[in-house]
Amino acid sequence: MTTRIERRFATLKAEGRAGLVTFTMSGDPDYETSLDILNALPKAGADLLEIGMPFTDPMADGPAIQASGLRALKAGQTLKKTLAMVREFRKGNDDTPIVLMGYYNPVYIYGVDRFLVDAKAAGVDGLIIVDLPPEEDNELCIPALKAGLNFIRLATPTTDDKRLPMVLTNTSGFVYYVSITGITGSATPDPNRVADAVARIKRHCTLPVAVGFGVKNAAQASSIGRHADAVVVGSALVDALRASLGPNDKATPGTIKAVTDLAAEIAAGVRSAKRVAAE
Amino acid sequence: MSAPSKPNSFRTGPDERGHFGNFGGRFVAETLMPLVLELEQAYAKAKADPAFQKEMDGYLKHYVGRPSPLYFAERLTEHLRHKTASGLMGAKIYFKREELNHTGAHKVNNVLGQIMVARRMGKKRIIAETGAGMHGVATATLCARFGLECIVYMGAVDVERQKPNVFRMKMLGAEVRPVQSGTKTLKDAMNEALRDWVTNVSDTFYCIGTVAGPHPYPMMVRDFQCIIGKETREQMQEAEGRLPDSLVACIGGGSNAMGLFHPFLDDPSVEIYGVEAAGHGLTHLHAASIAGGRPGVLHGNRTYLLMDDDGQIKDAHSISAGLDYPGIGPEHSWLHDMGRVKFLSATDDEAVDALQLCSRLEGIIPALEPAHALAKVIDLAPNKPKDHLMVINVSGRGDKDLDSVSQYLEGKR
Repeated sequence: MTTRIERRFATLKAEGRAGLVTFTMSGDPDYETSLDILNALPKAGADLLEIGMPFTDPMADGPAIQASGLRALKAGQTLKKTLAMVREFRKGNDDTPIVLMGYYNPVYIYGVDRFLVDAKAAGVDGLIIVDLPPEEDNELCIPALKAGLNFIRLATPTTDDKRLPMVLTNTSGFVYYVSITGITGSATPDPNRVADAVARIKRHCTLPVAVGFGVKNAAQASSIGRHADAVVVGSALVDALRASLGPNDKATPGTIKAVTDLAAEIAAGVRSAKRVAAE
Repeated sequence: MSAPSKPNSFRTGPDERGHFGNFGGRFVAETLMPLVLELEQAYAKAKADPAFQKEMDGYLKHYVGRPSPLYFAERLTEHLRHKTASGLMGAKIYFKREELNHTGAHKVNNVLGQIMVARRMGKKRIIAETGAGMHGVATATLCARFGLECIVYMGAVDVERQKPNVFRMKMLGAEVRPVQSGTKTLKDAMNEALRDWVTNVSDTFYCIGTVAGPHPYPMMVRDFQCIIGKETREQMQEAEGRLPDSLVACIGGGSNAMGLFHPFLDDPSVEIYGVEAAGHGLTHLHAASIAGGRPGVLHGNRTYLLMDDDGQIKDAHSISAGLDYPGIGPEHSWLHDMGRVKFLSATDDEAVDALQLCSRLEGIIPALEPAHALAKVIDLAPNKPKDHLMVINVSGRGDKDLDSVSQYLEGKR
């Protein structure tokens, strides 16, 4: 049985282009706006949707995504509501893959088994849990795979050739290459080093490789898209959303457009990339 | 689910993956995993090297000033005996005087060990988180001593309430970075230190101040702090010819407590009490993760945490910045579940009262952190027979807290 993620990457490969993965935080700045943004992103050019599950203590995230999560929590977002949002989205879209990204504690407290059942039923396709390395695979990774969800692992510049096989063992869907050491949104990835890293990962597995952390504009997305199967953009979209907010972090009429316009611009960059990796 | 069976020994943990029963582990981002594994190997090598221990012993003696005395607190003992109805009850109270260490707290025991490991690993840049500032001061001190760059993350709220320690760190050449994110206290300082570490992976050593974080930290910090309990055993043997009957220590993350408790865990005759910070009371804002929390995952380990029903971490509150943390070391969580350590809690009011009482009776101004333990000694001691030997870890001195306490007393007036 293939998942939406696997099918989407197969389509991208057939089209001979890289994909765009957008990251937005569920519930930022409020439930309705954030759902509207999700609904609009595929039309703006997003090929996969990565949705943040807000957490009070996101230890691998930079200031933009930290603040985004806190806005969502302040507006009343919970994991239950995030799953409800995915269910709503699925009513109008059954193709675009959805990956939930976050930290383990809210999932652990929700209850791993119950979470997997509810997430699958809602239409979630994959999970990225930042603080679950392969050493803790029994917690969620193995149960998620059994439940038919992809478990997407981060590989980083510190994941050397010795460690890479272990990281890739239970990874499915795609590999998320974090292109810098550091927190989200903090630095600009170097396309040449990204190319080497993608090639290195591909020597160890046949999975598609998405590259993220620090991609801010169409030009960067284009240069990364030459080498990667997909480009992830997160902090830049979250920044665009923040800049659109009114007093007390309330959504304004321009909020949705601020996010989708930037996504569309970056999508154009990704689509213009001359593929090296595809050959 | 059946209750976990009692192990043959309470002192064999953690397992090779860093678990104490269901607690502990390595819940960190992939970027940090290779570093955590590298540290585990480096520490294992150091531990097996007699030269490492010898070097440590030298500094512990001549630089830290160990052994710290085990002192019979005669007037406090008599005072509490007078409070009993018959006058026939009232434990004999001993202070383990960690406040006399260089830098004024137990924190230096651990920092010395970690800096020695960092030096062996060739790391030149040391980062640390701090709450009350004692761990930050200890780290700044040893970085000065060994010529290492030192950056200390401290919540902006704590920077404000522990000004003397901020100044001390700066005097020692450290850079203090106030943390503005989240609740601006210890947990956010730890988040920020982890973010620094994720960013500066090649040259940086993260010197964690308590028995928490990803494996091997809870084990390594415990090992370095165990000198407290080892000395106590010997000193009590010398003073009374036997083991103590009870141990009492305050718990934020729990390193001073673990250091005292661990060498006694397999002596069933020794009662062990950990005291959490109950802040304004357990039904209000507090920092008692065992009493008011449940198991969850934060900062690299599974342990008891304060959180809401959605798994979001709650703000802790304590008058003591050093206990103002919504978690506790994973080994304490395990010892709680095993029933080996009994966890109590003391409020802000009780701690301040105990601090004043101790100051007047013994001429020792304890820090607000051990004042929480003292508050429970005041409750426990009168109910024990006169030949009951009770040891409290006076883990730090109160100089840093004088502003907080005087403001608190002003507010009460």
